[in-house]
Parts: sequence; C-alpha cells; structure tokens
Amino acid sequence: MAIHEKSLIRPENITTHDNLIIDGIDVSGDWSTFIRTRVVSDYNENLEEEIAAMPGAEYIHRCWQCGSCTNSCTVNAENPDFNPRYWIYLIRMGMEDELLRDKDIIWQCVSCNKCTSACPRDVEPEGVMKATAHWMELKGHTAPSNSTIFDDIFTEQVIKYGRIEDGEVLKDFMKKSGQPLLQDWIVQMVKQMIKGLPVMSLMKMGWATIFHPKTKNWAKARDAINEHIAEEHAAQKKALGLESAE
Amino acid sequence: MTILIDKTDRQETSKKQKYKKVAYYPGCALEGSAQPYDKSTRAVGKALGLELVEIKDWNCCGAMEVKNIDPEIQTYLSSRVLSDAQHKSKQDVVMAPCNGCYHNLKKAEYDLENKDKSRAVTEKISKKAGHETYKSGDVETIHALDWIKFGYGEDELKQKIKGGLKGLKVANYYGCMYTRPRHIFPEKDQGGDSESTSKPHYMDDLLAIAGAENVEFPLKTACCGGAHTLSDSDMSTKLVLNILEAAEAAGAEVIATECPTCHSGLEMHQIRALKRLSKDTNVKVVYFTQLLGMAMGLSPRKVGLHANISDSVGFMKQKGIA
Repeated sequence: MAIHEKSLIRPENITTHDNLIIDGIDVSGDWSTFIRTRVVSDYNENLEEEIAAMPGAEYIHRCWQCGSCTNSCTVNAENPDFNPRYWIYLIRMGMEDELLRDKDIIWQCVSCNKCTSACPRDVEPEGVMKATAHWMELKGHTAPSNSTIFDDIFTEQVIKYGRIEDGEVLKDFMKKSGQPLLQDWIVQMVKQMIKGLPVMSLMKMGWATIFHPKTKNWAKARDAINEHIAEEHAAQKKALGLESAE
Repeated sequence: MTILIDKTDRQETSKKQKYKKVAYYPGCALEGSAQPYDKSTRAVGKALGLELVEIKDWNCCGAMEVKNIDPEIQTYLSSRVLSDAQHKSKQDVVMAPCNGCYHNLKKAEYDLENKDKSRAVTEKISKKAGHETYKSGDVETIHALDWIKFGYGEDELKQKIKGGLKGLKVANYYGCMYTRPRHIFPEKDQGGDSESTSKPHYMDDLLAIAGAENVEFPLKTACCGGAHTLSDSDMSTKLVLNILEAAEAAGAEVIATECPTCHSGLEMHQIRALKRLSKDTNVKVVYFTQLLGMAMGLSPRKVGLHANISDSVGFMKQKGIA
C-alpha cells in the first residue's frame, strides 16, 4: 500500500532527461523517481503514540484507510491539500517530515463532524485533526494558530466567569491575532445591527459590555477546572517528553 | 400492527405532557448576539401556552472551543447545566434552542454513559464545586424544534396558524451540530416520526404547517465554518457563500435558521462576501421561531426581527407577513 509514494511525483522529485537513449530507444523526458533505489530514513516511530496521547486522537489506530473522511470533508472540498485520510496514514506510518509539509493547514478543520459521522471505524477523525494541530504547537513546529488563540480566549472567559460575552471575545481575538477591529465588513455589520435596533436591546448590549455576564457561585467550579486542566496539560507534555520545558 | 400504533400514540401523548413545561437553557449566544432568537422563542412559547423555566445560574456549555483545550471540561460544563435543570429547576426535560448547546448537552449525555474518564472527571469537579453530580439518563435534552412539534402538536399548530406564511419560499438550514456526529443522537434515524440525521425535516414540517413553500435545498446540513468564523474568515466566507448561493439557486427568498452560530455566520459573511469578493446575495436570514411567531400574528418587534443584521422587515411587510 504505497500511498506515501505520492511524494515521488512532486515537481521537485521529477528527473528530466533531455537526451536519454537506452538500447537504441529514445526515452527522453520526465521521469518520476520511483524507478530509483532509495531509502526512507525520516520515520518517527513514536509519532502515532505521541499524537494518540493528545485528546481527540485516542482511536486513530482503528483507521483502515477507506477515505470516507476525506471524501466527506468540508475543507477538502475547498482545498484538496486538506486530506485527513492521508495525514492519518502518515501519522500511523511515522512519516513526520511528510506530515509537516502540511503543518500550516491542519488547524483549519472546521469541526463539522461529517468525517466522524461517515467513518465506519469510529476513528473520530475530527478529534485527530484537533489533536494533530495541538501536537504541532506543543512540539514547536507551528506557532499557535488563530483557532488556538480563539479557543484560549473563549475558554479563559468561560473559566473566569462561567459565561462568555461575545462582543468581548471578538474584541480580544482581533487584538491578540493582530487584526484591525475596524475592518470594512465588521463596520458594515455593526451599522446594520444598530439600524432599527430597539433601544432596550442597545441598552442590554451596553450593560453586558460593562457588567460581564457571570454565573453566580462559580468560584469553586473555576478552581476545580483550572486544577484539572493543569494536570492534563502536564500529562500531555510528559507524553511528548517535554516536561523539562516548563 | 395495532400494538405499534398504540405505542406511537402513547409516546406522542407522553411527549406532549412532558414538553408542556420544560427547563429552558438559553446559553451565552441567546443572551448576547442572538437575542432575537431568545425573544422569538419565548414569544412563540407564550403564544402556544408552553411554559419555560429558565435554569437558574446556568453556565456556558463549552461551545465549540473548550473541548479543544480539554474535552472532559466541556463534558463537565454541560453536565452542570443538566444537574441544575434537574436539581435546581426540578425538571426532567431541558430545552436548548441553540444547536451548540443542544449538541453539547447530548454529547455530555453520551460521554457520561460511555466513557469512564468523563464520568470520573465530572464527579471529581462536581464534588469540588459543591453541586450534585449529573448522572446520564436523568434529564432529556430537546431542541426548540422538538418542543414545538411535540409539546404543542402539529395538528394543533395547523389550527392555530392557518397558513400565515403563504407564498414565502424558504430554504431550511439545519447546520452541523443538530445532526452530527450521529452517535450522540440515539433517538434520531429511528423511523416513524423521528428526526433524520442525513435529511432533517422538523423545521420543514413546522414551516410547511405555517404555510411556507419549502424549496428543495441541498445544503441543509452543510457547514457554515462557524467554528472559524473569525479565526479563518476567508474559509467561512466561501462556505457561507456556497449556502447563500445554493439557497437562491433553489428559489428561496428566506433562509430559516435554528442555530445562533449559523445565523450570525450567514449574516456576517453575507456582508463580508460582498465587501471582499463582490458577491451580492439577497436571500434573507431569519430564525425559524421568528417566522413561526409572525405566522401566528405576532408583530415583527415581538419576535425581534428589527434586531437581525440581515434586514428583512421591509420584505416581510411587502409579503404581507409582518
């Protein structure tokens, strides 16, 4: 099952012979390298184990490569390079370098769960995508993606108050991800929102911005949640051999 | 055969009794950007005589974000809502109009039933936080669609509404979280009047009763990119544009929504598609509860139509609906 041999037909791996004659036959032109002897030496034998230690990828070992995930994938329909089936294959084979070629797009999974619904082996590929993106950040292969920045801001608010206020999440996110808040489409959106809005709703929104919505009696839950997350994150770092990095 | 019919009848009756008064879990979005959904849900419930007991001191269900930091925390957050519905509000049914909340409560139910770790973490944190630990199976989670369809009843709704949306062409858009992944919705795909995860129809059913002409819409359960609506806006704009254009191609004047993330995603990226890709679409985005409310004769203000970003007030007046 030489699925990974796909790398051998990339432009950089094509050999061109301008004038090649073998046994009197002209075989000039483009040659893919599959006919050359080669050694693959970049295996990370722990790759599957490492990623399976991240939340969401527990069932990656069940995959039998049917491709239902990629076939149903929302993002794949927009970008054919987004290929969950292929990435699961690479992870299970330990082909880290090939996987890292796509490090900047794996985080783009939109969690629509079409893959998880379609998967006949209950691999839960959506979880594998999140786990893989998480692994890349922990290992330092990528900076925190916009998705991670958003998740962090959102979760921080939930832990702090018990609830979120969506205006504040938007504002914090634009700031931390380095995007201007006054973009044409956001301004237009706010204009349309305010137009025709009853005074009561405006007051409610203003109130929520000043007095952040809160869940009463939340302090004990907050502490217990923080404690649990700290334990889990320490365990994840340990699984990747990163405990000394703290 | 007779036995089967009897059984269905009994279930219908019991649902009707059970859903008449339910715990209400609005969630963060309905308290913020999706106030029109909250307003119209309450107004429709009131008009139909269905009672809502808002869960006291509810917390966020974890939305789509917390699980990426820690999935068990998401399960805990949702379990606390279920625990409060049961122990504080004394209800055994909780109704969540937001697809995200609905999905997470269902997911928590599934995880607590099937995963040792979820049970252990939920119990640990619930004890430390000082409230009752939720046990799977104690509370039934339903969507606003179930609540109206079974709690009021379709035959009764026909009598009540008398075709108020006549002539309105609607694309019913259900999104992702109402049907996927299917294993967390064991009650769906069971034949009879159960909901389908591949071709959901509860919203179509209700709006058809209200007189709407539902168009054949192929992207009912397509993804709007809501999870990345801000963090990967270009992707979301493309996905939303697919949905808007498919709805228009199907002849729809209105997209009916049942999820605040989908709804605001469609509204935001309809504007963004115009600004960034010069793609202009005119289909209106309206919560299904707003349409039902107006079909019953509630005013646009009563169902929060003016507070939508997608401006449909003039259009509804022109159609004789508002």
